Amino acid sequence: MTTAPLSARGVRKRYRDTQALDGLDLEVAAGTVHALLGPNGAGKSTAVNVFATLTRPDAGEVRVGGHDVVRHPARVRSTIGLVGQSAAVDEALHGRENLVMFGRLHGLSKADAVRRSAELLDAFGLVEAGDRKVSGYSGGMRRRLDIAAGLVVRPRILFLDEPTTGLDPRARHEVWEMVRKVVADGTTVLLTTQYLDEADQLADLVTVLGEGKVIAEGTPSALKSDLGGDRVIITAAEPDDLDKMAGALGATATVDLDRLEVTVEAGASGGGAAVVEVVRTLDSAGITVDDVLLRRPTLDEVFLHLTAPDPEHQPEGAAR
Amino acid sequence: MTALSSTLRQTWVITLRDLKHWQREPWGPVFGILFSIMMLLIFGYLFGGAIEMPGGGTYLPYLLPGVLALTMMFGVDGIMAVVTEDTKRGVTNRFRSLPMSSVAVPLGRAVADLGNSAVQLGVLMIGGLLIGWRIEGTFLEAAAAVGLLLWLRLAMLWLGIFLGLALRMEGALMMVQVLVWPLGFCSSLFVSPETMPGWLGTLAAWNPVSATATAARDLFGNPTGITSGVLADHAMLLALAWPAVLLAIFVPLSMRAFRRRG
Repeated sequence: MTTAPLSARGVRKRYRDTQALDGLDLEVAAGTVHALLGPNGAGKSTAVNVFATLTRPDAGEVRVGGHDVVRHPARVRSTIGLVGQSAAVDEALHGRENLVMFGRLHGLSKADAVRRSAELLDAFGLVEAGDRKVSGYSGGMRRRLDIAAGLVVRPRILFLDEPTTGLDPRARHEVWEMVRKVVADGTTVLLTTQYLDEADQLADLVTVLGEGKVIAEGTPSALKSDLGGDRVIITAAEPDDLDKMAGALGATATVDLDRLEVTVEAGASGGGAAVVEVVRTLDSAGITVDDVLLRRPTLDEVFLHLTAPDPEHQPEGAAR
Repeated sequence: MTALSSTLRQTWVITLRDLKHWQREPWGPVFGILFSIMMLLIFGYLFGGAIEMPGGGTYLPYLLPGVLALTMMFGVDGIMAVVTEDTKRGVTNRFRSLPMSSVAVPLGRAVADLGNSAVQLGVLMIGGLLIGWRIEGTFLEAAAAVGLLLWLRLAMLWLGIFLGLALRMEGALMMVQVLVWPLGFCSSLFVSPETMPGWLGTLAAWNPVSATATAARDLFGNPTGITSGVLADHAMLLALAWPAVLLAIFVPLSMRAFRRRG
């Protein structure tokens, strides 16, 4: 049996007055994309920095590629690729020169570094741009080059720290495509993100971090089903109908005046049955509707639900 | 591959990177040289007439080695800017995540910069010769003077590398860019310490750049403006020792800061 690409137990790290990591446990399985999801300050980047040997943990044990990050950082470094938050490429060099440089620094011979750079430029659609200065690249191209630079030696695990922060939607999709390609090649990926859709799109397993601890873990669909069932959203044809609709649909109905919507929890019988039930009820009450929509919970809702402060501890008036 | 040969190889890769920077974006070094020429003209022609030399001699031959030493001193904030920029972009962290020797990045930088410094010295010396500066010493003495100036530059580079890695607050670079001036002026670079109030003159004489400037003046056969005291007796020794001391302090500190950063 091979060792897990990454396993962490009870990792703690304190910076002056913040406990960035407060007993983090994590296990990343080979060949998967694992997402660390959390708001700013949850400890995602600190975790990646500890895993990539950039920061020494105060306590806990971390093994990357089977090596202990504190005792054998050099061995860890030769098995990982790190892509940090900002595109860490040299602006004055050409794309190809960047990849060759990082390959050479990884210990590849010049010929191997040149060959590998050509492969990577080809794989990530940068062949044409390869011999131009990086300072003229778009944000998405720069990010793709940056990720390619993390792959020059086919790492056992690739760390992507917020790979799409600051990118426009099109560039985000390009980066996602790239990550899928990397995983298809057999590389394990640990990515941090504050975007739920990103975790939903890419990750096999999601670990939700809050204040340096794991607050939930599971597949995107498991996390979503934990939150509860489907919902039916009915858009009213007339504003006056909203109250009538809510009355007809019973206690679980909530009204959104601005969007002319009534939302009903589907309950145990599932979304399909709930839609039929809603349409039947409204029809027999003689209310016409503009639209009926079945919605499954998004990871956004899971996230807000998990990271929301406990309502019982909220001051008066803050609770809804 | 042995650790030493891979360290040297990594160092060379970083050196080539920096040389490529200068080839692609030559304005930094070119501006540096223009700036030194401007200093030479300002002090040589604007202030020079009003400056009297203790022990006799004219000002230009005194001034030129001082401008050379000042140019070497600018290595501190020059390399600090590069290191700070790399750190800001995350390039330093990427280097730190690679299986590299912790000395390779700063050493590669320093080697590339010494090439750049040698060019700067050459241009300034030719400029000096054009406006009437003369080398009165032998060729070997002049070469030794250039060697001492580069030796000072090397120490300044490691100081700058350390500051770039260790000072993380916003504005640290600007602070150093400003501080270079009083530290540069409080020396024998532009005026003889013997014309200063007693305590300040002593301070200026003990400034590491004063030792290099005075030793270089001696070797070029230019007036030193120094008639007595430690600089008169031991300039050469101090010009060798000061950079050695600075290197002994800042090379290990830089390597430590490289590993600790983050």
